[in-house]
Amino acid sequence: MLQTYDYPQYDYIQSPEQINGQAVRHPLVIVGGGPVGLTMALDCAQRGIKTILIDNNNTVSVGSRAVCYAKRPLEIWDRLACGERMSNKGVGWSKGKVFFKDDLAYQFDLLPETGHKMPAMINLQQYYLEQYLVDKCYENPLIELRWKHNLISLTQHDEHSDLKVETPDGIFSIEADWLIACDGANSKIRDMVKAEFTGHFFQDRFLIADVVMKADYPAERWFWFDPPFHRNQSVLLHKQSDNLWRIDFQLGWDADPEEEKKTENILPRIKAMLTDPNSKFGKNVEFELEWSSIYQFACRRVDNFRYGRVLFAGDSAHQVSPFGARGANTGVQDADNLAWKLALIIQGDAPIKLIDTYNEERAFAADDNLLNSTRSTDFITPKTKGSRYFRDAILELAEDTQFAKPFVNSGRLSVPTPYKKSSLNSADQADNLFDSDMTPGTNCTDAPIIMNGKDAWLLNQLGEGFRLLCFGDKPTADVSIGNITAKILHIGSDIIDQKGLLTERFDGQKGAVYLIRPDQHVAARWREFDLKKIQQAIKTATCNLG
Amino acid sequence: MSPIKAELNDQLNIADPDGFYQELIDAQRGLDDDKQQLMNAKLIIILANQIGDRDILSAAIQLAEPK
Ligand SMILES: Cc1cc2nc3c(=O)[nH]c(=O)nc-3n(C[C@H](O)[C@H](O)[C@H](O)COP(=O)(O)OP(=O)(O)OC[C@H]3O[C@@H](n4cnc5c(N)ncnc54)[C@H](O)[C@@H]3O)c2cc1C
Repeated sequence: MLQTYDYPQYDYIQSPEQINGQAVRHPLVIVGGGPVGLTMALDCAQRGIKTILIDNNNTVSVGSRAVCYAKRPLEIWDRLACGERMSNKGVGWSKGKVFFKDDLAYQFDLLPETGHKMPAMINLQQYYLEQYLVDKCYENPLIELRWKHNLISLTQHDEHSDLKVETPDGIFSIEADWLIACDGANSKIRDMVKAEFTGHFFQDRFLIADVVMKADYPAERWFWFDPPFHRNQSVLLHKQSDNLWRIDFQLGWDADPEEEKKTENILPRIKAMLTDPNSKFGKNVEFELEWSSIYQFACRRVDNFRYGRVLFAGDSAHQVSPFGARGANTGVQDADNLAWKLALIIQGDAPIKLIDTYNEERAFAADDNLLNSTRSTDFITPKTKGSRYFRDAILELAEDTQFAKPFVNSGRLSVPTPYKKSSLNSADQADNLFDSDMTPGTNCTDAPIIMNGKDAWLLNQLGEGFRLLCFGDKPTADVSIGNITAKILHIGSDIIDQKGLLTERFDGQKGAVYLIRPDQHVAARWREFDLKKIQQAIKTATCNLG
Repeated sequence: MSPIKAELNDQLNIADPDGFYQELIDAQRGLDDDKQQLMNAKLIIILANQIGDRDILSAAIQLAEPK
């Protein structure tokens, strides 16, 4: 138990199939109840898939791992009806400061554009986040959560997998048409299907400490390079909910994790920062250590997100260093990308090859994330003497010049990667010019609107199926291809753009039609409503071209 | 016609090479090794920013590789 949080204990229930000893075939089994598995379950169930989620534990994340959640995942969770609870409980922030030794080297403001429902960034302990997701799962009759179910083996067949699962009542079999591996960075499923997981480990260790303190530091991200209270290493401070603060201490490769783990060795590090009379930062701040852990970070990804009917998502598919808060943030976007595709395939409305675009789009995003976090890590923990000089050169220059500030890389915070070259896009045509960065493959930006006479948000109107966002004249009918219907959302009748922001952000003044995917990404756009082109684009976006 | 790619200047571009060299050496006289390295790194970043052109910078990095 923590001082500020009681871990929920979810009930283990023996499944009827284990009692009967009769293996049952399920359309979808998700392995792992972390942020990604839980989000995946909600998204799949929302799209009509009956979902079994198994987890080998029966509680939420022990200790707070992820802290920062960015706008895009919050928008996804809002689509799944739990984003508001998270943003209400979380601590919103947009400013950051970077110190070098004693001095302020650089400060930034994410300067969030107004007119978005979700904030740029919130901090929230991972256990709250998971708890809210679990609560939502329990509300959905299509989801069955099976706690204390440990996957121990997997055999793949042409169209399904056989799973052996261990519970407190012994071992039994489950069959799954589709299996989504959300079993985290140390995924056993990767080994079971012989997937490669490559990249590099950083020769560095970090002490992560959650500290309860009543301090009036602002809710900002503070990062120190080589501060007097922790010489030659970096330190990061973040505010979380309930007066809990996260402090990351870089320890270096030589640190002995067993020794560093001991409370008697952790406290002096925190005291040097918070209570030492010589500390420029904090003097006599009263604090209590709530939780701590030692980590070594890596940047790696699985070679393919799809192995037959086994799909990888979240940390099992890609592991990034935490600078830039990208792990959970990007994992949740895997779910966003996969659920609608899987639903179309299971319903028979798209061919199985649609699932390969999950690898295409999300491996592309993972590589972008890995690149960014590798670069940040190289800046924060220079590998050679030479790169250390360059790093320090930039930090010194940043104090005195404008041009050096943008070089300072204490973590580039997570933003979504547009699927610019995706095979699901219908590219802009030359006669199709837009003054808007809502290009095909990009997630739709939010905007305030009026609906049924009340204030509302654009993104809350998107995400059920395909949508046609129509500026200009109202088209006469929705567009269908087989069972897939793109419903019209007309600006001017269905929704009113009173502030004009929606029209501005999509460059809709001269009339425009946007085809929006179920994951709120733009598939195609035109200046005019052209039935043939729209039908073609829907086919392209669902791999139904034949 | 292919676009003209910026190229590294192969010719001397500083009016007074000996004077410049001396200024560079003098500026580091009395600095310990560590400070010299740091100063060199700062100089590289300052000058690189002044040049700005990514093609030229890439060509310069290549040219500077030890033999
Ligand atoms: C110190 C630290 C700070 C971080 N900060 C951030 C941040 O600020 N922002 C951010 O976005 N990310 C951050 N991350 C990363 C984030 O915590 C992870 O990316 C995220 O937890 C991944 O979610 P997941 O669901 O993929 O995997 P996990 O959270 O690891 O969940 C995997 C689940 O699978 C279960 N499981 C595993 N094997 C089996 C099995 N065989 N059978 C059944 N169940 C199984 C596990 O019990 C677990 O519940 C941070 C990570 C660390 C360590």
